[in-house]
Amino acid sequence: MKFTEEHEWLDVDDEGIVTVGITAHAAEQLGDVVFVELPEVGTEVSKDDEIVVIESVKAASDILAPLDGEIVEVNDAIVDEPGKVNEDPEGDAWFFKMKVEDLSALDDYMDEKAYKDFIGD
Amino acid sequence: MAEDNLKSTVLNALHRELGARMVPFAGYDMPVQYGLGVLKEHLHCRDHAGLFDVSHMGQVILRGPDVALALESLVPVDVAGLAEGRQRYAFFTNDAGGIEDDLMIANRGDHLFVVVNAACKDADLARMKTVLEPRGVSVEMLEDRALLALQGPEAEAVLAALAPDVAEMRFMDVATVMIEGVEVWVSRSGYTGEDGFEISVPETAAEALARRLLADARVEFIGLGARDSLRLEGGLCLYGHDIDTGTTPVEARLTWAIQKVRRAGGAREGGFPGAERILAELETGAARARVGLSPEGRAPMREGVPLFAAETGGDPVGQITSGGFGPSVNAPVAMGYVPTDLSATGTRLWGEVRGKRLPVKVAALPFLPAGFKR
Repeated sequence: MKFTEEHEWLDVDDEGIVTVGITAHAAEQLGDVVFVELPEVGTEVSKDDEIVVIESVKAASDILAPLDGEIVEVNDAIVDEPGKVNEDPEGDAWFFKMKVEDLSALDDYMDEKAYKDFIGD
Repeated sequence: MAEDNLKSTVLNALHRELGARMVPFAGYDMPVQYGLGVLKEHLHCRDHAGLFDVSHMGQVILRGPDVALALESLVPVDVAGLAEGRQRYAFFTNDAGGIEDDLMIANRGDHLFVVVNAACKDADLARMKTVLEPRGVSVEMLEDRALLALQGPEAEAVLAALAPDVAEMRFMDVATVMIEGVEVWVSRSGYTGEDGFEISVPETAAEALARRLLADARVEFIGLGARDSLRLEGGLCLYGHDIDTGTTPVEARLTWAIQKVRRAGGAREGGFPGAERILAELETGAARARVGLSPEGRAPMREGVPLFAAETGGDPVGQITSGGFGPSVNAPVAMGYVPTDLSATGTRLWGEVRGKRLPVKVAALPFLPAGFKR
């Protein structure tokens, strides 16, 4: 598992597909999530594109594409029930899966220990 | 501790002890939410009872001969006709007919008790001193009293357990009540759309009263986050957002608060700042109106979102002044200003969110029926 400074987690499976969600720390800071807008499957994205909109009771925020690649699956369950993002942010409430050409780009991101240090946990 | 230059209420340490997340609000270090979070706090208040620290608001005593008539020179409201033991909503107006602040006025027998917004209280105090003192009215801002609001369908049962007489009070009644040997001033009012009470209590007794109320299993502390979504669902204006110095009471659809006696043809017609414009608008209507707005999708439309009459093209016809997610409605809710000819309930407009125009319908206010005990 890798972590970005934007509080995303990235999990790579055996086939090189990267699942992306937000961390429990981010979900807690956001407060109750009430709206999620996800990209369409098939969208080609570049690193740092704003591809997800997430709105909590407090404010709207964007989630950036962590890598170059193609969106291959999105989690419609969190669109229907945005509150899942608060309940299980690092599990069932993943946001999207992407196919990435260059997995070595993941090396730039933090491991769990570095992320915990980053958030001061 | 509170940040430098922020004021704090007497309950600041209690908020922190109970896990509040504190934010600056109107110059005060205030709780935006506690452990439950905004959504659950909101729903708890609608289902049971919520306790709010609103001690940042200004509590003012006005005393003197003809104090009611004197105050009428600042508000377009029937103060002289306000019976003892009753409270009424009002607003200070300016010469252009705009709203300087909204407030509550209570007739407590030998004086009027006024509650004003925290952000405006210094200006309100100055305004009242300037106009009222030359007319022989003393204006005293109380610095030694806290203000608690207990709101929700179980508020009556909770407070009546400590002070049985409050069960007899009706919406907008005010009374002096003893709770465990302490004199508190209670009004049956609030700003959530629910039945409930506001309780003015000496600062020295405020923490004990708050703890006593919180010890009741039906009560949760509620922060400013849920206070905002509660009042928004209740169709209630937030000063500085839904009403301000540039909005008139007629535009804001607050004409119910202007009694006949102060309108054209009334016994005490006019005589408040901006009367010319406000009385004219009461006769002929205003060009724009505050309305409820229900976004048709799930995306919240927040303050500042421009409103359009068509899905493409054209200039904005209005703007959202308050908006967010309504936990009890379980959908986004908003308020804003639109041209009067587009203000009928059901009118479809478009709000531009992140560059996209999304459909939104004009909706009746409040979004939920009020729970007041009339």
